[in-house]
Amino acid sequence: MNLLSFGKTGWGDELFYATLMTIAVAVTAMLIGFLFSLIFTPLKLSNNKFLNFIGNTYTTVIRGVPELLVIYLFFFGGSGAIMYVASIFGYFEYIEINAFITGSVAIGIISGAYSTEVFRGAIQSIDKGQFEAAKVLGVSKFVQFYKIILPQMLRLAIPNLSNVWQITLKDTSLISVTGLVEIMRQSYIAAGSTRDPLFFYCFAAVLYLMLTFLSMKLINRLEVKYSRGF
Amino acid sequence: MIISLPKLLSAAVITLKLLSASLIIGLFIGFLFAVLRLNKNPFINKFAYGYSYLFRGTPLLVQIFIIYYGLGQIEWLRSTFLWVILKEPYWCAIIAFALNTGAYTSEILRSAFQTIKPGIIEAGKSLGISNKIILYKIQIPVAIRQSLPAYGNEIILMMKGTSLASTVTLMDITGVAKHIVSTTYKPLEVFLLAGGIYLFMTFIIHNLIKYLEKKYSFQ
Repeated sequence: MNLLSFGKTGWGDELFYATLMTIAVAVTAMLIGFLFSLIFTPLKLSNNKFLNFIGNTYTTVIRGVPELLVIYLFFFGGSGAIMYVASIFGYFEYIEINAFITGSVAIGIISGAYSTEVFRGAIQSIDKGQFEAAKVLGVSKFVQFYKIILPQMLRLAIPNLSNVWQITLKDTSLISVTGLVEIMRQSYIAAGSTRDPLFFYCFAAVLYLMLTFLSMKLINRLEVKYSRGF
Repeated sequence: MIISLPKLLSAAVITLKLLSASLIIGLFIGFLFAVLRLNKNPFINKFAYGYSYLFRGTPLLVQIFIIYYGLGQIEWLRSTFLWVILKEPYWCAIIAFALNTGAYTSEILRSAFQTIKPGIIEAGKSLGISNKIILYKIQIPVAIRQSLPAYGNEIILMMKGTSLASTVTLMDITGVAKHIVSTTYKPLEVFLLAGGIYLFMTFIIHNLIKYLEKKYSFQ
C-alpha cells in the first residue's frame, strides 16, 4: 500500500488530483455537449431541409467516427487550423492550445452528438396535444418551452442523459494520449516509474468504477426529483 | 493526401479483423452471461452482474492496458502457454474487446429475453410444445430479433473501439493515420480521410442491420 501513500514517496496525492482532473474534464465536456445540443436539437427538429441536413450530419458523423480519432484531429489539427485562421488576420506566431481545452472541446463535441439525440427523442415523444394546447391558450413560445415542454422533456431525458454522462466520463480516459494528466495518464506515469502496471491500471479501473457508481447514485436522485407528480 | 489512401485501406483490413474476431468471441461470452444473469441462483446471477458492471463501468482503454501491460507482470503467467497469446498486442486487444463487447451483449440479450411477451411462451405451452423446443424455436429467435437494433449499435460502438488498438502499437486505421501524420505533418487531411473510412464502415454496418431488421420483422 506504500505505492498509494500521499506525499513524495507514494502516488496517492497525484492520483487524487488526477481524479479531480478527470471529473473537471468530464463536467466541462458535458456542459460543452449541452451547448452543442442546444444548437443542434432545434436543427434536427426543424422542418427546413437544409437545417435538418446540418443537424443530421453532425450527429451521424460524430457518432460514426472513433472518439480517439476526433481527439487526435483536435489535438494535432486544432492548432494548425487556428494558426491558419490567425494567418488570415496577419498573425504568424506559433499558437499552442492548452490540452485541457482541446480535450474538453473534443469530448464535448462527441458528448453533444449523443445528448442531441437524447433531447430530440425526448421532445419527439412529448404528446403533440401539449404543443397544440399551448398554442390554443395563446402561450408565448418562450413560456411554452420553459413551462410546458422542458419539464416533461427532462423527465424523459434524464435516464438517457445518465448514459451520455457515463460515456463522456469513460471517454475522458482517451485524453491521456494528449498528455493531460488525468487518471489514465497519471497511472501510465506511475506504472512506468514503479514498473508495476498491473497495480496502477487496476487501481485506475477502481477509480473509474467509483466515479461511475457515485454519479449513478446522484443521477438516480435527480430522476426521482424530476419524475415527481407523474 | 490521396497517396495515404492505399495505406489506410490496407490498415482497414486489420480493423475489420479485430472487429470480427472480437464480435464473434464477444457474442459467445454475451450469450453465456445473459443465461447466467437469468439464472435463479443469486450467487451465479450476482457473478454475471458483477462481470457486466465491471466492464461497462470502466473505460476500454483501462481494460486494454491491464491486459497488455498488466498481465505480463505476473511471473507464473509468463511460464504458461497463455504467454504465447498474451505477449502479442493483437491477441491482447482482441481479448479486451471481446470481454468488453461481451458485457454489453449480455445486457442486450438479457433484456431481450426478459421482454419476450409471456403470451408467446404460453401459446407454445398450450400447443403442447416441450420446454426445450420453446427455448430453441421460440424464445431464442424472438430474442435475437428483438435485440437486433441494440446489437447493431453495439457493433458500431465496437468498431469505433477498435481504434484503441493503436495505443498498444497495432497498426489499424488510427495507428496508420497517426504514423502518416508523424512523417508528413498533415494532420487535418490524414485524420479526416481516416474518419471518412470509419464513417463508410459505420454506414455499411448500419444499413446491413436495417436490412436484417426488415427481413426478420414480425409483420
